Amino acid sequence: MNFELTKEQELVRQMVREFAENEVKPLAAEIDQTERYPMETVKKMAKYGMMGIPFSEEYGGAGGDTLSYILAVEELSKVCGTTGVILSAHTSLCASVIEKYGTEEHKQKYLVPLAKGEVVGAFGLTEPNAGTDAAGQQTTAALDGDNYILNGQKIFITNGGVADVFIVFAMTDRSKGTKGISAFIVKKGFKGFSIGKLEDKMGIRASSTTELVFEDCIVPKENLLGKEGKGFGIAMGTLDGGRIGIAAQALGIAEGAFNEAVAYMKERKQFGKSLSKFQGLSWMIADMDVAIESARHLVYKAACLKDAGKSYTVEAARAKLHAANVAMDVTTKAVQLFGGYGYTKDYPVERMMRDAKITEIYEGTSQVQKLVISGSVFR
Amino acid sequence: MNIVVCLKQVPDTTEVKIDPKTGTLIREGVPSIINPDDKNALEEALVLKEKTGAKVTIISMGPPQAQSALREAIAMGADEAILLSDRAFGGADTLATSNALAGALRKLDYDIIFAGRQAIDGDTAQVGPEIAEHLGIPQITYVEKVEVKEEILRVQRAWEDGYEVIEVKTPVLLTAIKELNQPRYMNMKDIFKAYNKEVKIWSAADIDVDKSLLGLGGSPTKVKKSSTKEPKGQGESVNLPAKEAAAYAASKLKEKHYI
Repeated sequence: MNFELTKEQELVRQMVREFAENEVKPLAAEIDQTERYPMETVKKMAKYGMMGIPFSEEYGGAGGDTLSYILAVEELSKVCGTTGVILSAHTSLCASVIEKYGTEEHKQKYLVPLAKGEVVGAFGLTEPNAGTDAAGQQTTAALDGDNYILNGQKIFITNGGVADVFIVFAMTDRSKGTKGISAFIVKKGFKGFSIGKLEDKMGIRASSTTELVFEDCIVPKENLLGKEGKGFGIAMGTLDGGRIGIAAQALGIAEGAFNEAVAYMKERKQFGKSLSKFQGLSWMIADMDVAIESARHLVYKAACLKDAGKSYTVEAARAKLHAANVAMDVTTKAVQLFGGYGYTKDYPVERMMRDAKITEIYEGTSQVQKLVISGSVFR
Repeated sequence: MNIVVCLKQVPDTTEVKIDPKTGTLIREGVPSIINPDDKNALEEALVLKEKTGAKVTIISMGPPQAQSALREAIAMGADEAILLSDRAFGGADTLATSNALAGALRKLDYDIIFAGRQAIDGDTAQVGPEIAEHLGIPQITYVEKVEVKEEILRVQRAWEDGYEVIEVKTPVLLTAIKELNQPRYMNMKDIFKAYNKEVKIWSAADIDVDKSLLGLGGSPTKVKKSSTKEPKGQGESVNLPAKEAAAYAASKLKEKHYI
C-alpha cells in the first residue's frame, strides 16, 4: 500500500494551490455576498486546462486522472466552496456523462468544448417533487418525428444560469417507473428551453443555482444518451462519480477552515498567551486534524478506485458521508475558535460553515449515503 | 530562435529560518521553489516562444533533486531541460557556477540567454553577468521589457529612478527582474507530460571546462563568517500632514541623537 501522490499529482496540487491562492481566494468573500458567478475565474481555469483534467487530449482534455481532478476541487474549495462546486458539477455531472455514455458524435460536439472549458456544463435531475426520490420524475419526453418534445421543470441546478450544455432527465415511458427515464443532452438556446429563477442560498452562493424550464422544448432525437429507459442508470452512475467530487469539496472546505483556525490561534492572545497555548482549544485542533485526515483517505481511495476501473459506489458514498460530516464539524469548530469574530463576515470561517452545509445535502443526502452503505453491508 | 533560460532551485526563503548559533540557513523541511527572478526569465522566454515559435531550453546546476524545478518549468511550457549535476560542481561560488553553466551553454545553440537578476538564497546577482563575460556576448541586466524586431532586441533596462532603452543584436544575455512580467502557472496538459520528457543530466565530463575552474576548487570566494542581522524594532506610523510628520520624525531622530 502506497499513500504517495504521483509526481504529476504533486504538480497538479501545487499548481491549483497557487492558482487558488492568487486568483480564487481574493474573490471568495465578494462573490459570496453578491452571488456573482465568477466567470473570469472559470475562463482562467479553462486557459490552464482545469476544466477538463480527467479527459483525454483527443477530446480536449488535459489527459489526467480522477485523483488529479479531485485534488483540484479540494484545493479550490479550501479557499472558495463555490468555485469548487462549479468545477465539480461541470466535470463530474456533465462532461463525464458525455465521455462515458455519449456517442463519438456527442463527444466531438459537446465533450470537446466542455473539456476545453469553452463552455460550462450542468446536470438536471432534481425536480420540485423528485429530490432523493429521483424516480418520481415528472418531466416528460415524447418522440415526435426526429425530435423529442420535453415538458417539465428542474430545480436546484448548479451552473444553471451560465451553462451551455445540460444533461437532462425525463420520462419517456411513465408506466415503466425508473425504467422509463431517459437522459438527453440539451443545449442552451434549444427552442422551448429557458432558465427559471435563481435560488438565494445559504452557502455556495455564487454557483448560479437555477430552475430549468421546458415548454415543448425541441431536442433532436440524436441527443438521447444511450437508449430510451437507460436514464436512471446513467443518473445513478453519474452521481457515484459526482459524490467523489462533492466529498473533495467538503474536504477542501474543512481544510480551509482548519488552516484559518490554526493561523488565528497562533496570533490571537487572551489572558496573555496565544490561543494555541490553551490545551482545551489545541485539542479541538487535534480532533479536527484527525477528522480531516480520515476524510482525505476515504476521498482519495474512492478516486483511486475509479482510476483503477474498479467498483467505487460504496467507497464514494462513504467518502461523501464522512467528508460532509467532517466539513460541518470542522467549520463549526473553526467558528467557535474564532469566537465572536468567527460569527462576522470579517473572517471567512462563517462563509465556510455555510458552504459546508450543502455537502450533507446535494448529490445524495447523508441519509442516502447511509442507504447505499447499509445496503451493501446487508446485501 | 533558440532561447536558453538559466534557472536555479532555491529554498523558499519566506519560510527559511537562520540558525542563530552558526549563522547558516536551516534548510530542513523548507520547500524548494524556482527562484522568483528566474521564473520571470522563463515567463519572458515562453512569451517569445508564443510570438516567434522559439525553442525554450532550461538549464540548471544543482543536486539531483533540482530536477523537480526543471519539471515544473516543463509544465509551464519549456521544451527541453538540462541539469548539470555532479559532485565536481559541489561547493561552487558564483564564478565556478558561471564557468560550469557557460561550459554547458557553449554546447547549445542560443540566440537569447535569460537569467534571473539574482537568487533569493545568495542575492549576488553575479552569475548571469559572469556567464555573458565567459561567452564573450553582450549582456543587459535588470530587464523590465523586451521587444523582438527580427535580429534586434529592444530592451528596457530599469534604473532605480527611471530606465534606459537599449537595442542589441543577438546573441545576448538578459537578466530579468519581477517588473518584466507576471509568470504563468503550470498548465494541466503540460503537467501530465512533464515526467514523460527527458531531463538530460550532464556531469563535469560532459562540458569542456578545466576541472580546476569548477566546484569548491574553482571558487575564490571563501565565507569567513556569516551572522544574522539584529531584528529591527517595532516601527511607528503617524498620520499627519507632510510638514508635521517630517518635524515629528526629526524630533524622534534628535531624541535618539542620530541628528
